[in-house]
Amino acid sequence: MSVRASLEGEGRELIIKVDGRFDFSAHQEFREAYEHSNGVGSYVVDLGAATYLDSSALGMLLLLRDHAGGDNSAICITNCNEDVKKILTISNFEQLFTIQ
Amino acid sequence: MAAYKVLIADDNSVDRKVLSRVVRNQGNEVIEVSNGFEAVDAFREHNPEIVLMDVMMPGLNGKDATRKIKEIANEDFVPIIFLTSLSDAQSLADCLESGGDDFLTKPYNHIVLQAKINSFHRMSEMHRTLLHQRDEIARANKHMLQEQRVAKAVYDNVAHAGCLNADNIRYELSPLAVFNGDVLLAARKPSGGMHVLLGDFTGHGLPAAIGAMPMADIFYGMTAKGFGLREVLREINQKLKSVLPVGFFCCSAAVDLAPDRQSVRVWMGGVPDCYLLRADGKSIETLSSRHLPLGVLSGDKFNDQMSEFPMAMGDRLFLWSDGIIEARNDAGEMFGQDQLQHTIRNSASPLNVFDDIQTVVNEFIGESEQDDDTTLIEVIMSESLHDTREDSGQNKNSNNANANSRGPMDWRMEYHMEASTLRTFNPVPLMNHIMMEVPGLRAIGGQLYTVMAELFSNSLEHGVLGLKSSLKGSADGFMEYYRLREERASSLQDGYVRVTMQHTGDDASGDLTLTIEDSGDGFEYDNSVLFKASDNTYSGRGIPLLNSICRSLKYKGKGNIVEAVIHWPIESKTDNELAQTTDAFPSSEACDD
Repeated sequence: MSVRASLEGEGRELIIKVDGRFDFSAHQEFREAYEHSNGVGSYVVDLGAATYLDSSALGMLLLLRDHAGGDNSAICITNCNEDVKKILTISNFEQLFTIQ
Repeated sequence: MAAYKVLIADDNSVDRKVLSRVVRNQGNEVIEVSNGFEAVDAFREHNPEIVLMDVMMPGLNGKDATRKIKEIANEDFVPIIFLTSLSDAQSLADCLESGGDDFLTKPYNHIVLQAKINSFHRMSEMHRTLLHQRDEIARANKHMLQEQRVAKAVYDNVAHAGCLNADNIRYELSPLAVFNGDVLLAARKPSGGMHVLLGDFTGHGLPAAIGAMPMADIFYGMTAKGFGLREVLREINQKLKSVLPVGFFCCSAAVDLAPDRQSVRVWMGGVPDCYLLRADGKSIETLSSRHLPLGVLSGDKFNDQMSEFPMAMGDRLFLWSDGIIEARNDAGEMFGQDQLQHTIRNSASPLNVFDDIQTVVNEFIGESEQDDDTTLIEVIMSESLHDTREDSGQNKNSNNANANSRGPMDWRMEYHMEASTLRTFNPVPLMNHIMMEVPGLRAIGGQLYTVMAELFSNSLEHGVLGLKSSLKGSADGFMEYYRLREERASSLQDGYVRVTMQHTGDDASGDLTLTIEDSGDGFEYDNSVLFKASDNTYSGRGIPLLNSICRSLKYKGKGNIVEAVIHWPIESKTDNELAQTTDAFPSSEACDD
């Protein structure tokens, strides 16, 4: 598991990539990835290399959403594989995030 | 340099004296003995930190003495260094084999000797620290387990209580930790039928247990008082949202069994697909999660819409948390939805399905560690659900429900609000609260709230504030409407709204008449077309929605008085239809805060 963050679009967009199992062990790293980003308008969580997602990962996504402004946040979850997508769908997270 | 207590055992007195002197000169305390027996006795008596032991001694030799000393020392680490003139590898290895920790060959090198004493002392210090910490951890763990056992007893009373032992329910909870994150609640409704809730909290242990407490309280309390499952869910969601930190929530499936309607209403948020198996075992319907888990959305965003399915006597509903589907075998593969469905389809009879799932899942998991909680429940539509007696499988939780269930039956109340009150005060929750004292009205609390909220906002907005509902036709107009509403309400100087509630009834049925009068100019109405209600004038006022709930609805006077009669129990319309109309009608939100 690893979490990498990078800024795009002149620092307006933060891209967070999660590799491997996205579970509680990613907690610290995931939070650090966005915590100190100032002036970011939108977020992309790239799960292209994530193999698995558990409920604490869903919790972490909610924390990110809260950080990004709650209902006014713009967060896009991209490149989900079938298993990951299924978990997001069961939880109806498409009501809170843009899932591509 | 610290002084160590060193035991030296050597039958050769010259060698022994030489060694003692060296060791003593280096600042240590020395105890001298001349054979194995003495060494063992001296060890018992003086409890030395390090032993220097000659291998060959009369009586008890060095190796045997070492075995005895190590036995006495038990789990304490006492380094024993053999003194030997032997130099062949096998003899040296034998020394270590007998329990010695190192050897020193004669003649002694002073520097090496001191270095070894120091080094072994460090090692025994480390060993002591390790033992100490191990004991600390063991003590703390014992303490924690003790606390958890008590907490678990409370948790089990709360989280797995109610009428789970009713004859139409079978369930299996396999705890991952002392607490698991799964909650299973079931309660009989005072009017017959049953509410069942399966919840899977994020995480395990204490965080999950804490959330389960208010959840169970609300579930049992409100069900016993006759509230509908939608109100119960709304309340639980609100509570969890406010008490749980962001990122913690509860994936849930909630079921309202209505034996008289032969139907089941289901709300699912964040749980895997569940199945409805017909009594003949041939047809299986899949029920899917349509909502976010409980505790994620704030009250105004929460969607309590339920899906209704026909459920005849003998039909079975199977619910589970994701533990079953995500159960892993030795190879790390997941059990999965397909295998679950396959198991159900291949069961010889619907009666065997529950056992078959358990067997297959347990075989699949085998010896491998369990990842998650595997909770499974089977709910059967049965004749016994008609039974509303308190002792029919229900536990104490709702024993008092019927004792005071009659409530106020015949009463009338008027509530008159002047402009200054209307500027900021929303009377709908208060009015609703009063109506909820009537047990028969509790089951339709949600609908009543809708009626009250619609009619009150009509009176306030169209009547007192003079806003035209036609404004809401476009998105821009919609914004403008609420901007004007805000503006006019905050500067309101004159006007009133008067709400009159009147109820008559008995144990079995009743009528609530709701009259709302406002100080506005009214409008041109025609009561005869109200019930047809495709007319825009009325749909703008939310009338079609209200028609589905009220037995009668009519305008009076110049259109500034509206009278709604609600009869309970409501028979023909389902919650489901209602929810859809409610969702399509936005103005009810205006009063929801």
